[in-house]
Amino acid sequence: MNDDDKKSPEFASGETDVATTETGEAPAKDKGNPILEFRNINTHYGAVHILKDVNLAIYPGEMVCLLGGNASGKSTTLKTLLGMVTPTTGEVVLDGEVVNDKPTSYRVERGITMVPENRRLFKRLSVAENLQLGAYLRNDKAGIQEDLERIYSMFPRVYERLSQKAGTLSGGEQQMVAMGRALMAQPRVLLMDEPSMGLAPALVQTNFELIEQIHQEGIAIFMVEQNANMALSLADRGWVLQTGRVVLDDTADALLANPDLRKSYLGEA
Amino acid sequence: MSTEMTTMNAAEELLGEAPSGLNLDKAVRYGGLLALSMIFVSLVGMVVGLDSRQILYWINPDVYVNHPGGVGISLGDIALFMWPLLLGAAVGNEVVLEGMVGRKRGVGDLLNGFVVGAVGGLGVAFMTMLMGWDREVDPDNGVADYGLRDPLVNWNEELYILLTFNRGWAFALWAWPLVGGVLAAVGASLRLMPDGIRKAAVAAVVAIVSVSIFQFLVDDLFEGVGETIADPGRLSNFFNDDPGAGRERVDSVFDGLIEFIYAQRGGLRLQGVILVGVAAAGLSLVGSYVTRGRVTKARKDYFDTPLPERTKSTAALMVLVSLALLILPFFTGKIVNELLANVGIFLLLALGLNIVVGLAGILDLGYVAFFAVGGYTTAILTSAGRGDAWPDWIPLFVNDGEPVLGGWLVALVIVMILAALTGLLIGAPVIRMRGDYLAIVTLGFGEIIRLLFLSDWLSGYFGGAQGITNIEGADFGPLGTVTGVNPRSVFYLVIVFSAIAIYISWRLEHSRLGRAWMAIREDESVAEAMGINTVNMKLMAFVVGAVLASFSGAIFSAKVGSIFPTSFLILVSIIILVVVIVGGMGNIMGVIVGSLVLIGVLGGPKQPGLLQEFSEYKLLIYGALLIWMMLKRPEGLVPNVRRSRELHQDEFLQDAWLKGEVDTDDEDGEVATEVAPA
Repeated sequence: MNDDDKKSPEFASGETDVATTETGEAPAKDKGNPILEFRNINTHYGAVHILKDVNLAIYPGEMVCLLGGNASGKSTTLKTLLGMVTPTTGEVVLDGEVVNDKPTSYRVERGITMVPENRRLFKRLSVAENLQLGAYLRNDKAGIQEDLERIYSMFPRVYERLSQKAGTLSGGEQQMVAMGRALMAQPRVLLMDEPSMGLAPALVQTNFELIEQIHQEGIAIFMVEQNANMALSLADRGWVLQTGRVVLDDTADALLANPDLRKSYLGEA
Repeated sequence: MSTEMTTMNAAEELLGEAPSGLNLDKAVRYGGLLALSMIFVSLVGMVVGLDSRQILYWINPDVYVNHPGGVGISLGDIALFMWPLLLGAAVGNEVVLEGMVGRKRGVGDLLNGFVVGAVGGLGVAFMTMLMGWDREVDPDNGVADYGLRDPLVNWNEELYILLTFNRGWAFALWAWPLVGGVLAAVGASLRLMPDGIRKAAVAAVVAIVSVSIFQFLVDDLFEGVGETIADPGRLSNFFNDDPGAGRERVDSVFDGLIEFIYAQRGGLRLQGVILVGVAAAGLSLVGSYVTRGRVTKARKDYFDTPLPERTKSTAALMVLVSLALLILPFFTGKIVNELLANVGIFLLLALGLNIVVGLAGILDLGYVAFFAVGGYTTAILTSAGRGDAWPDWIPLFVNDGEPVLGGWLVALVIVMILAALTGLLIGAPVIRMRGDYLAIVTLGFGEIIRLLFLSDWLSGYFGGAQGITNIEGADFGPLGTVTGVNPRSVFYLVIVFSAIAIYISWRLEHSRLGRAWMAIREDESVAEAMGINTVNMKLMAFVVGAVLASFSGAIFSAKVGSIFPTSFLILVSIIILVVVIVGGMGNIMGVIVGSLVLIGVLGGPKQPGLLQEFSEYKLLIYGALLIWMMLKRPEGLVPNVRRSRELHQDEFLQDAWLKGEVDTDDEDGEVATEVAPA
C-alpha cells in the first residue's frame, strides 16, 4: 500500500486538496465528501433488473475496486456511473449534484473518465489522434500541450510511436496509450474496466504498476477487475457484486481475509 | 493463393534448384480461369454485341466497303482475344523477394503460357461443340435454332459463327486450343523480352487499342486544340462560347491527321495503326532513355520525405494540377467537357458521401435523396415549367424565359437550407441506429423521397413522372450563363464547388470535428465515453453530406435543364458509394481518382463515359471491378497509408522483416508492429 500524500495539480483539480491519506484501514468518512456516489441505484435493461439498490461512494484520491462474477452487473455499474445507462430509480451524485439526467459529456467534463475494457483504442487513428481525442472536451490549448508532454515523459514509448496507427502497437504499448488517452481528460476519477484483461501475464504486473503510478498523482481509481488478488492488494476498499446486489463492502484487507471471498474469487478451498 | 505460390517458388530458389518455368498446376488453373472468362464474355453478349464496332482494319476500308467483317479487328474480337494475352502474361507473374535474384526466364515460360491458352481454348472449343449439338437447322429456310436459346439469350447463330470461325465446331475443336495457346504464349513472351522492348511493345499495343477505342475523344481533343491554335481569338469570347448556336467551326490544323489515321466509318486504318504503334513504341523507348529512372526516383524521393517537409512539394503539385485543370477546357472539345462536367457532379456527390461514410462511418444508402432535393428545389425556383400548385410567394427566378441574374445563387442558398432541413428530418430518427439497420433505413428513406417526387398526389408540385422541364441555367452576368448547351461553363461551375468541397473535407479531416467523426467510426461506445455527443456529431455529418449533395443537385438541374424522378434511382446512391469505395474510403485523392475512373471512363448511371461502347455492360464492369478491388486492393485505388498498412499487415510485416526494420529488441520481447488482439 502506498501512503504517499502526493498531490499533483497537473491532472487533478482542486478537489484533491482534501486529505488523501491512505492507510488502507482508514474509514472512508475521513476523506471529505465523495466525488461520485450511487444512492440506491436500480438499473433495468428492458424488464430485466440488473442493479439492485446499489450504494457506492468514491472519495478523492482513493483506489477502490469492484469485484464480481460474470453477469453480476459490473459493467452496468460503470456505464451507469458514466451516464451511458440511465438508472430507473436512485441517484447518481457527482460532487453533491444529482446527475441522473446529465449526458456523458457533462460527467467527463467534471473529471470522470473511463479506460474501457480491452483498451479499445481507435485503432486506425494515430497515437497522437488518440491522445487528442482524450482531451476532446477541453479547450485550453496550453494545458493540453502540457499534459501531452507529461504523458510523453511518463511513457517515452508512446512518444516514439506518436504518428503510428494505434492498432499496430503491442499490447503493452496500447495499454499505455489507453491510460494516456484517459489522463488527457484531466480525470479526478478514473474508471477502469478490467484493466488486466487480454494482457500477457508479464504485462499484468507492469500494468498494475502503471495504475499505481497514476494513483500517486492523486487521481481516484475505480477498478472493475477479475484479478481479485491483485486488485485487492492495491486498493483501499472494495465491493463485491453478486447478481446486481452489493454483498460485501469492506476495506481491501478485510476482503482479502474474508473466507467466503477467498473461496469464490481467489480460488482457494 | 498467390502468396502461397510466391513462398513456394522462393523456397525452391533457396534450395538452389533451377525451376524450368513450366508450372503445370498453375498453368492449368489459369487456363481454367481463361476458359471461364472467354465463355462468360461470349455469353453476356460482348463478343457479338461489340463485333460491329471496328477497331482497326488490315486493309484499306475504302476499298473493301462491302466486307466490314474479316478485314480487321473489332471491339468484340478484343473483348474475346485479350484474355489469352492477359492471362498468358499473368501466369508468369512472380514476386521477386527483396534481396533475391529473380528466376532466369526461358522457353519453359513460353510453354507455360501455351498450356494456359490451350486449356482455355479447349474450354471455348468445348462450348462450341455443345452449341453444335444444340444447333438445329430448319431444312426449309436454313435458319439455325438453338434449344438453349431460351435461358441463354446470346446462345445464338451469330456467336456460333464467330466462335467457330464460320467453319463448324469440328474445326473449332482443334483450332481453338491452338489459337489460344499461341496468343497466350505471345502474352507470356512479354516476360522474356528485355525491359525496354517489353515496355515499348506494351505501349504500342495499348496506344493502338486506346487511340482506336477513344476515337471520339481524340477527335474531340484535336478539334479543341486545333481550333484554338488555328484561331486563338476564339478564347476571348470564351465564356459565352456557344458551339450549339451560331459559332462557326474553325478548321482544325489536325483535320488532315485525323483523316489520315481514322477510317470514315470508325476504326484505325492500317497506316494509322502503323503510325500510332511506331509513335508510341518510339516515345516509350526514347522516354525511358531520356529519363533513365529519374521519374521513379523522384517519386520514391517524394514518398520517402517525411510528411511535414512533403507538404511543400504537395502544395506545389496541387497548384500545378489546379492550373492544368483550369486551362484544360480551353483545349478540349464539347464531348470531353461534358464528360468532365459529369465527373465533377459525381465528384461533388462522392466528396459529400465520403464525409458521411468515410469519416463518420455512417453507411447511408439513401444519399441520392439529397441530390434529388437539391435538383428539385433548384428546378422549382428557376423553371417556369414548375407545377401549378405552387403559391405565388414562392420566388421564381425567371423573367420572360430568361434566367434572372444571380437567381441561381439565391436558389442555391434556399437549396442549402432545405437540404440541411431534410438531412435533419431524415437523420434524426435514423441516426440512433447502428450499422446494417441504419443502412437499410436510409435506403428506405431514399426511395420514399423519390416516390414523393414521382407521386400523382404531389404531381401539381413536382410534375410526377413528367418531372420539371425548362429549367433555366445559372446566369452569372458578364461571365455567361451556365447551361447544358455549354458544358465548359458547367465544368467551371462544378470545379469551383468541388474545390470548396475538397477544401472543407481536407480541413475537416484534421479538425476536432473530423477527429470526433473518425472516433465514432472506429468505436462509437468509446467515443461516447470520451464525451463526444455521438448523436449530434453523426447528425452533423449527415447534414454536411446532405448539403454537398444538394449543391451537386443544383448544378445538375442547371446543366440538364429538366429533371425526372428517374434521375434519382437507388442506383445513383450505389454508384456514388462504389466511387468512394473504389477510390479509397476516407481519402480525398481517392475520391477524385474514383470519380475520374468510374464516372469518366465507365460512365455514370445515365451519363456515358469514355467507354461508350461498353455502356450496356457498365454495371457488370462495376461489379467485377468491385469484387476485384475487395479481393486485391481493399484499401481502394489510392490507398490511405493507414488503411493500407492495416489491410496488408502480413505483407507489410514480411517486408519490414526483410528490410530489418522491425524493432525486435522490444522490451517486452514483442514485435513492435504486432497486431493487437481484436
